[in-house]
Amino acid sequence: MKKLNLLFALAFLAALVVVPSFLKNYGIHIFTTWLVFIMATMGLNLTVGYAGQKSLGHAAFFGIGAYTVAVMLKAGFSFWLGLPVGASICFVVGLILGFPALRVQTIYLAFATLGFNTALWLVMRNEEWLTGGTFGINNIARPSLGGLSFDGNLAYYYLVLAFTLLLAVLLWGLLRSPWGKAFTALRDNPIRAESLGIDTRGYTLLSFAIGAAYAGIAGGLYASQVQFIDPALFTVGASIMMYLMVVVGGPGYFLGPVLGSAVGVVLPEWLRFAQAWYLFVFGAAVVLLMIWLPDGLLSIPDRLRARRASREASAARAAAAQSVAQGVKP
Amino acid sequence: MTDFLQLTLSGMATGSIYALAALGFTLLWQASGTINFAQGEFVMLPAFMMVVALHSGLPLTLAFAISIVLAVLVLGWLFKRGLVDPLFKYGMMPIVVATIGLSIAMRNGVRAGYSAEPQPFPQVFSDKIFEVAGVTVSAGDIGTFVFALLLVLCVQSFLNKTVTGRAMQAVAQNTESASVLGINVPRMIFYTFAINAVLAAAAALLVTPTYLAKFDMGEGLGNKAFFAAIIGGFNNSRGALLGGLIVGVCENLAAAYISPAYKDAVALIIFMVVILFKPQGLLGTKEERKV
Repeated sequence: MKKLNLLFALAFLAALVVVPSFLKNYGIHIFTTWLVFIMATMGLNLTVGYAGQKSLGHAAFFGIGAYTVAVMLKAGFSFWLGLPVGASICFVVGLILGFPALRVQTIYLAFATLGFNTALWLVMRNEEWLTGGTFGINNIARPSLGGLSFDGNLAYYYLVLAFTLLLAVLLWGLLRSPWGKAFTALRDNPIRAESLGIDTRGYTLLSFAIGAAYAGIAGGLYASQVQFIDPALFTVGASIMMYLMVVVGGPGYFLGPVLGSAVGVVLPEWLRFAQAWYLFVFGAAVVLLMIWLPDGLLSIPDRLRARRASREASAARAAAAQSVAQGVKP
Repeated sequence: MTDFLQLTLSGMATGSIYALAALGFTLLWQASGTINFAQGEFVMLPAFMMVVALHSGLPLTLAFAISIVLAVLVLGWLFKRGLVDPLFKYGMMPIVVATIGLSIAMRNGVRAGYSAEPQPFPQVFSDKIFEVAGVTVSAGDIGTFVFALLLVLCVQSFLNKTVTGRAMQAVAQNTESASVLGINVPRMIFYTFAINAVLAAAAALLVTPTYLAKFDMGEGLGNKAFFAAIIGGFNNSRGALLGGLIVGVCENLAAAYISPAYKDAVALIIFMVVILFKPQGLLGTKEERKV
């Protein structure tokens, strides 16, 4: 089983490397967007899926990252400075936003983060001197590194792919470390985690901050990808969509965001001509998913495995009972 | 000073509409632990029911009556049977996510199936304007405020004075003891959903003349209803009225005296202050947490 998984992962990676080189610009654009949202929702998956903090303001961090890179590029700084600065701002703001989470939980926290998103969106829309207001910022340049230029769509795709893999490996390492276990303890039973000596305050704040930094990096890369950003990209609706991507894919599953972003970004982009109907079906599907598969699409294999195990166990029990009965009778 | 009074009055009209939606929110929460993220869409849908009825030539009163019946059926009964009942055992978050999905489906269903354009809606009250002691008052604002206030007070006295209302409160406070006492719990919970649907239809009647019927009209309304409910106190139905009025009035004053561009941040700021210093809300009582 392990070997099969590894093989599958390698095949998937090879597909990510090879397939876009056969695609036209629009296909590459969709693939790049997919990767960007995988990065953003990986961060959200840490906050929501692993640490169990209901955050509905993730698009705000995505926006902070995007606007930081855009504004700094316009001011003449390098992309390679803008990206870490954006990520650091997100990290700090994420820490600060984590503070309400220490006082309130679940739905209160969801609305506090949602409110934060609204406030940030108002700033993006109204502070024209910084963000260009509703007109946004256009002609955002693409970076180059040493002699390598990432101007072309395919080259930029590979840059985004490299970032995605790097962030995925970092997250994988984090989740396997004692920190990762502390995050899940926080989700499963915060009071017990506290009584076991886990610093729940610190980990709550960190889960927000790291998740936010992931969104910041994704946002910065997104700004350079589409080369035009405006506040409409970073609304509460976008945050809710990201949350749904995590939930649909499977919160707390490492690959959940990959599947979730495919359903939440790639399909609607592809089916743009029927967007309203697509969203109608998507919304209805979320309702049905909650009723039948509340742990997301990636819980299907686990479910099948659990069902098979219980069937095997009951078969074994039945066989044991029979053999006992036979042993008694003759 | 006259400006201030005028702004306060029109703010109270808006606030009373928030209060209607917020009251539905708190009732659902108390009776069934349901947080309805589609509350704004629950106002949008009756508005479109009325638009359709008006287009087929019916008078407004009849259209309103039809929308109430349909709302109780669809937003009350169907919502409870189809979404809340199957998800109830999983706790709060799956219901929240499902209602988020529901709100997306409702919004885009109306956009794709009916129209993406705002639909005009007739004035409910006359658009007369008169002056009282130098303060200009519009009949619409007064009518909206009085109508909404009456409705909220009716619901309150129904909950406090009638046997059914008392039984509903008992279910909200302790479901197990209520069923031991012979109260039909599922029916009481259904009544709550029905009241929520009626309140939403009434809010639609009051809000649509100014907001116009549009598929995304519920987005802001639902959020503000929730903020109002939290500010007033989530486990207290009087809190919804207080919270709604506070949000409506402060918003109007802030738009005039501080900045109209940041009007939508007002509810949020009050909400943040309240949950940081008094998380149970202004009129709410504390709830203990269990391991």
